[in-house]
Amino acid sequence: MELVKIENCRKNFDGEEILKGISLSVKEGEVVSVIGPSGSGKSTLLRCACMLETMDGGSLYYAGKQAAHEENGRVSYASGAELKEIRKTFGLVFQNFNLFPHYSVLKNVTEPQIIAGRSKEEADKKAKECLEKLGLIDKISGYPCQLSGGQQQRVSIARALALEPKVLFFDEPTSALDPELTGEVLKVIRDLAALHMTMIIVTHEMNFAKEVSDRMIFMEKGVIRAEGSPEELFGSDDERLRSFMGKLNGN
Amino acid sequence: MPLNVVLEKLMGGMGVTVSIFLLTLLFSIPLGLPLSLARMSKNKVLSVISGIYISVMRGTPLMLQIIVIYFLPFYGFGINVTSGYRFVAVIIAFSLNYAAYFAEIYRSGIQSIPKGQYEAAQILGYSRVQTFIRIVMPQMFKRVLPAMTNEIITLVKDTSLSFAIATAEMFTMAKQIAAKEASLAPLMAAGVFYYVFNLLVAHVCKRVEKHYDYYRI
Repeated sequence: MELVKIENCRKNFDGEEILKGISLSVKEGEVVSVIGPSGSGKSTLLRCACMLETMDGGSLYYAGKQAAHEENGRVSYASGAELKEIRKTFGLVFQNFNLFPHYSVLKNVTEPQIIAGRSKEEADKKAKECLEKLGLIDKISGYPCQLSGGQQQRVSIARALALEPKVLFFDEPTSALDPELTGEVLKVIRDLAALHMTMIIVTHEMNFAKEVSDRMIFMEKGVIRAEGSPEELFGSDDERLRSFMGKLNGN
Repeated sequence: MPLNVVLEKLMGGMGVTVSIFLLTLLFSIPLGLPLSLARMSKNKVLSVISGIYISVMRGTPLMLQIIVIYFLPFYGFGINVTSGYRFVAVIIAFSLNYAAYFAEIYRSGIQSIPKGQYEAAQILGYSRVQTFIRIVMPQMFKRVLPAMTNEIITLVKDTSLSFAIATAEMFTMAKQIAAKEASLAPLMAAGVFYYVFNLLVAHVCKRVEKHYDYYRI
């Protein structure tokens, strides 16, 4: 089943077209990574999919439910109540974590669940389970400012997972981390991939993307320039693609 | 007049000063919040009206505002006020004036909350009201504490402006005694009182700030 389906997504900022009609669908259990140079529209695409940005054109579906569709050249979004339901199907991990600094690690993970309607006990149990899995159980009473960047990012992954989303988006999850801390976050994502979590990952970590993805998408200037399995993309004879991947591999 | 009599009289005024101070905080601190929200509202009418209100309150002397609010019922509507209204007028004027300052402080605090906090809350299913109350407001409060301390210290000294309508607060009393006795001593004593009061205020504010040190933004 297609969990996420984006059709012909277009987005302008100040008259400049950032996304020029992107279509992307992701099946259950699939791991898709989106790569491309800065300014290619990767993050904007992700933000449109998560409805942090409104699309200027195109349609958006989650598990068959329509979140947005284009009608007479205008995008109309589903009602507030419908969107609230649809939002439960996905989670997002931010580049800058965006943990709530005034909450303890535990409360960061429990409160969203309580807001979603779980009891305090259920939320507590689930939060501890998720934090345990991510090796953070000894940090639950700490505050985000006391944690390293890698730990903070793991808390934010736990926070997203606790809500049991069907699909998880990652917006450059390691770009704010130094190389030493990048590894621990990538390991978590790798483990999730092994569990067949559906994920869409915007990343600059080329080797990681190659290893973890079922499918890779190379974006440039607001369009999908190439799409396929990691083998296909890395074996591509597209000059532009080769030079981009070559540079990122440090050659 | 012996010193102990002077101090006794000043003491009576001190109670009024402290009441003005506490009641003003009690009303203006909450009142500033809807005012700052109105100021930031997308609704043009709301934001323009609150903008004008804040501009007038900050741009005209507080003493003038006290006098206008005290005399408005009589000169404006022909209502005879009782002597108790004097104190009420002072509280109204101070609360309305300080709410304007607090509103602007809150606005700076709210606008300094990173966009990512709102986005995370949206993704996690928080409603707009839940986002404001649970995520934005507590962080805003921590951020504005130093600016609030400043304003609260100013308020302690500003209470003396209510001498303009002869409220029986400390400065009014000190001035009366000083005139009668042809001595600066009562005014100096009042000065010491304001200073000590503010030391106390600064200490309490510092404690509150320290209490919120357990997290960094």
